[in-house]
Amino acid sequence: MRDLARTSDAAPPEMGAEAVGLVNVTKRFPGVVAVDDVSLRIRSGEVHVLLGENGAGKSTIVGMLAGLQRPDEGHISIGGAPARLNSPLESLAAGINTVFQHVMLVPTLTVFENLVLGDAWWHRPPRALIERRIGELRRDFGLEVPLDAITGDLSLGQQQQIEIARALLRDSHVLILDEATSMLTPRGADELGERMRRLAERGLAVVFITHKLSEAYRFGDRISVLRQGRFAGEIAPDALAAMSENAAVDEMLHLMFGSSESAVTELARPARPRGASVLKVSGLSTAGGPEEMPLTDASLEVFASEILGIAGIDGNGQKQLAEAIAGQRPVTTGSVTLEGRDVTGESVGRRRALGLRYLTDDRLMEGSVGAFPVSENTVLKEIGAPPFWSYGLERPSRIAAHAQDLIRRFSVRTPGETTPIGHLSGGNIQKLLLGRELSGLSKVVVFNKPTYGLDMQNITASRQRIREIAEGGMAVLLISTDLDELLELADRIAVMDRGRICGVLANDAARPAEVRTAVGRLMVGEAPSGAAE
Amino acid sequence: MDALLTAAFVSSLLTGAIVAGIPLLLAGLGEQMSEKAGVLNIGIEGMMLFGAYLGFLTAWSTESIWMGFLGGVGGGMLVAALMALLCVRLGLNQIVIGIGLTLGAEGLTSLLHHFQFSRTYPRLPSPDRLDLPILTDLPVIGPSLFGRHPLVYLALALVIVLAWAYRHSNLGLTLRAAGEKPAALDVAGGHVTLLRTVAVLFTGAMAGLGGAYMANVGAGLFIPFMTGGAGFIGIVLAMLARGRPVWVLLGALIFGAALSLTTALQVAGSNVPTDVIQMLPFAAVMLVLVVWSRKARLPAALGQPYERGAR
Repeated sequence: MRDLARTSDAAPPEMGAEAVGLVNVTKRFPGVVAVDDVSLRIRSGEVHVLLGENGAGKSTIVGMLAGLQRPDEGHISIGGAPARLNSPLESLAAGINTVFQHVMLVPTLTVFENLVLGDAWWHRPPRALIERRIGELRRDFGLEVPLDAITGDLSLGQQQQIEIARALLRDSHVLILDEATSMLTPRGADELGERMRRLAERGLAVVFITHKLSEAYRFGDRISVLRQGRFAGEIAPDALAAMSENAAVDEMLHLMFGSSESAVTELARPARPRGASVLKVSGLSTAGGPEEMPLTDASLEVFASEILGIAGIDGNGQKQLAEAIAGQRPVTTGSVTLEGRDVTGESVGRRRALGLRYLTDDRLMEGSVGAFPVSENTVLKEIGAPPFWSYGLERPSRIAAHAQDLIRRFSVRTPGETTPIGHLSGGNIQKLLLGRELSGLSKVVVFNKPTYGLDMQNITASRQRIREIAEGGMAVLLISTDLDELLELADRIAVMDRGRICGVLANDAARPAEVRTAVGRLMVGEAPSGAAE
Repeated sequence: MDALLTAAFVSSLLTGAIVAGIPLLLAGLGEQMSEKAGVLNIGIEGMMLFGAYLGFLTAWSTESIWMGFLGGVGGGMLVAALMALLCVRLGLNQIVIGIGLTLGAEGLTSLLHHFQFSRTYPRLPSPDRLDLPILTDLPVIGPSLFGRHPLVYLALALVIVLAWAYRHSNLGLTLRAAGEKPAALDVAGGHVTLLRTVAVLFTGAMAGLGGAYMANVGAGLFIPFMTGGAGFIGIVLAMLARGRPVWVLLGALIFGAALSLTTALQVAGSNVPTDVIQMLPFAAVMLVLVVWSRKARLPAALGQPYERGAR
């Protein structure tokens, strides 16, 4: 095997020396700055935790270290010297091995075949050599590697062990584990932590990426926190060793969510008297998929004139919840009740007619047809219905008048109602879709990340509108990954973690810092400390 | 029905199965490698036709069948290089480009042939045959199976070589990984783009060779549109063969026999209308698809361009 014979070109660095680093690295993707001027030093013999929410830039950093992406500005350094990693092959040659968040093994190949993958095609796999090395890994690290099993038949935990074994077969100096515990049982995670410790003791630099605070504390020597693509701070090994778990978690929460400058403008929420129960969800569950978390036993109730916020790290079942309520996703158990009427079996259209409105987070793909004019997009959910259609014929003048009315009332900036909606900015599409959902008789509005990707001005306007909707007597379910937004708008905040609602808190405007910490703890899967309802 | 059991019928059916089956076999083997690597190569019909044209032209001008085969390989690879550039390097839609290349090759070969030969169709001298001693003298099956052009035996040898390579060398493994999960191959240090390019070029070479065999050995002349969907049948064979070269061979012989049934029945003096007989191969294709296509297992990333680090 080439990789066994050649291993990596670089000499193994000494304990404590810098193995790999990022120097003022910036990486942009269309519309987003994923990593913004970040510098990091990864040292040999250390478990270095990279902590941050989804979208904090962790995975982009992994991509750059693995040779999948190149920094736009700044550079990567290896052993202290500037280096370029133009391909995964160059990254492997530099001794950097990555275990990705999503398993990077070919499911239809056997484990052995996956281990030798990437070797030159004319070589014959050195079976005996691999067997011997795997035996050593089993003895030293307790890694179970069934060589002849079909990879796809194994559990994700086992597949991850195989990926770690593959990295060790290549004698890597730096091992990156991206969200490695997200698919593991708590015991599996502890075993992984133990393995990382032993690897670090052997002089490897281990980079452990996670959003779970207790794991960061238990497994890490050094913790670096990223927030929205920027380096937010670091807890050095001696400081970390001196801290109790609680103190460390508080420090990490402060670095992760600590109120940003923009939150200073937080408005005082006028108390609204809450009305009757409008939307009631009991024990709602959905079937999961290979790439998708199931919604498990979600129960909540939204009252008239109330905003119920749903907090949580993105991808913890929020979209599933919203779609199950809107009727776009089949449910396995549980019920959705609208003003005392069970609508669980009703269609999307019927729920809409009864006053349940859903504003999707996917404005372009799901919410609108980009090539259609603005006018037709305003009646997309009422195709064939009067007054816009009569006797099966479209009435363009009525549709145009309706669109002009929405454009005026929601101050949508567009050249006209005949412009294709895809030409509008995100904020203006959002306004128009909001107008569409609010036309007719609506009683409850489900917002999924309503201000995601908008500029500051549109965010302020959207939040003001959401507030007005609640003041107008409607019930609002506001799903957001922006904690500041929820603290500003919501009356109560429910927190989702791994497809479950793990707590509901009253948003006490008098003590925002406490609520922020309590919600933050729930978001990252920590036990609530008081404040829970 | 006695006519069906005569020596003449069996002999011409076997001959036909091989003569019509070899181009299908070559096309199927070529397509199989592309599909393993994750490229759905619809342009194979165009590669085959271009191979037939260039193969014939080379053989006609050099007066050597073997040079003709070389020309066929070159012609097929020329079209394949275009496909590799557009679909593998630039990641364009494989179906659209494939159809475009096929239509382009059909038009271009007709045009070039017309410029050069107007409406005449010059014939090549009949090719050498490799008469294997004793075996060729066997009654009925002897001349059909063992009196064929040497390329036939080379093609059969290729089946064995590929079957071995897919099973025992790193090549089969790497190809499968490129077709199932190219990102996994990439992060393991493999070269997805290079491998897919090579696979597409191999498809072009095999399809071109198949086309040249059709023109130089099968027909002895070039006629525009002469491949008549043989490349597409190659795609079907590759999809049904579940990655095994031996199954491609089996399928190619069955389809070849079906295609040559027309001649065989006429040789046997059957009074079934020729229109009905000419329909048979296509009925066979549909029947096979109905029965087997549910069992076809295609690579997970088939038809998807690979872009490193795409989000």
